[in-house]
Amino acid sequence: METLNLLVVDDEPGIRSGVSRILENYTVSYPFMDEDIGFIVETAESGEEALDILKKKPMDIVLLDNKLPGIQGIDVLEYINQQNMDLVVVMITSYASLELAVKATRQGAYDFVPKPFTPKELRASIETITKQRFLQRMTQKMNVEGRQVRFQFLSVLSHELKAPINAVEGYLEMMQKKKFGDQMDDYREIIDRSLHRIQGMRNLIMDMLDFTRIESGKKKRKLEMIHLCEIAQQCIDSFQPLAIQKDVDVYLNCSEKIALQADSQEMEIILNNLVSNAIKYNKQGGRVDVNIRKENGLLMLSVEDTGIGMKPEDTKKLFEDFVRIKSEHTRHISGSGLGLSIVKKLLDLYQANIEVESTPDQGSCFTIIFKLED
Amino acid sequence: MLKKEKKTILIVDDDADYLFQLRHGVKDMGFEAISAGTQKEAEDIIQRMRPDLAILDLMMENQDTGFILCHKIKSMYPDLPIIIVSAVTAETGMLFDVTTEEEQDWVKADLFLDKGIRMDQLHKEINKLLKL
Repeated sequence: METLNLLVVDDEPGIRSGVSRILENYTVSYPFMDEDIGFIVETAESGEEALDILKKKPMDIVLLDNKLPGIQGIDVLEYINQQNMDLVVVMITSYASLELAVKATRQGAYDFVPKPFTPKELRASIETITKQRFLQRMTQKMNVEGRQVRFQFLSVLSHELKAPINAVEGYLEMMQKKKFGDQMDDYREIIDRSLHRIQGMRNLIMDMLDFTRIESGKKKRKLEMIHLCEIAQQCIDSFQPLAIQKDVDVYLNCSEKIALQADSQEMEIILNNLVSNAIKYNKQGGRVDVNIRKENGLLMLSVEDTGIGMKPEDTKKLFEDFVRIKSEHTRHISGSGLGLSIVKKLLDLYQANIEVESTPDQGSCFTIIFKLED
Repeated sequence: MLKKEKKTILIVDDDADYLFQLRHGVKDMGFEAISAGTQKEAEDIIQRMRPDLAILDLMMENQDTGFILCHKIKSMYPDLPIIIVSAVTAETGMLFDVTTEEEQDWVKADLFLDKGIRMDQLHKEINKLLKL
């Protein structure tokens, strides 16, 4: 069994012995953990004594009363903070004044337990903290192992996948309960919405597969001389239905045949992502220009739109996994949040750069720069 | 018998489908529902009126929009019960921990619920918070 060290700081003997008794045989289990977690409880009756103990022995959780005979709980908290101690502080307090709460929270207190508390309340609070603590440890461990990114990826992924499941489930329940009566036609809208959400989920899964294949380096690559303008034309053609639906005109500006040593599938993924974004985040009656040109031994591929644009602080976040710039303009547009990070990962394989220029309400321009071999 | 006015519940979520379902669910429970799809809309609403309870989605424009809204609502109406719902649960490792300045300023929501919650459970929780 794993154990956590817990320190109770309270001048009331009843609280100290009470906490010890309540947590003596208490364990927390968690799906990720092989073993349960138990507690070794130590007590201190003043802030001074608490500091002495903290100096000698590492603690995981401190249950801290604020009203103490000598120095106050908040002072102990300040010390813990200054020393950068790796532990979780829970304030026990009968005076849950907002002022104290805000002050303590600012200094890093994780939670409050109101006094008097029942054994059940204490256990619930300790359970939450233990899980938080466990995840913290795990994250630290993974940081070292470089697995953090993967873990976060999975967290966000599960969020992104749960949202459509919840939506579809909700609609199915409405149908099951015949919320809109017996007429099938009255359910058309929610059926359409459900299908739409499922499609979104499918796209996400497809993007995710591309993404993990690229990341793991397992994607088979076939490098050959390809004509970028031809691929761009095919891509634009395939997005014509979407462009018509959105009332956006797409133009290809490519004056000469430009060949590049590349994997045609990868170039398709890159172009598809950029062109579909340029159409999706455009305005009605807007236009998209795909420009391909050679300049000083460089191949410049840019996709320019007349869409909603982005704020400078948003453009910085664009290429991170799962980032979708959410605003009033984008909330009706569906996307996986993976497209541009896929593009970025692919371009890394070519040691190519991508730059973004964007003005809110005017449009964005994504420019990719490939170095051409002589 | 005294005829009581219907309680009004503010629902804020950027997922149009969830908003739609929640609005229906809340109406079925016998409450008035007023909904907002963005933080701004929600703020406009609370400037105009005081709902009896608010249900906020955590991740909207930003990952912590729910917290920010919660803080704003609580500073205007300290007694207004607030439920924060989220599809992010502790199991996924995305924690509600207090790390950024912004988060440190939040005043706690009365209840955190997982988005997968069933309507009848939600009804119970709402009744509890409204002391019905």
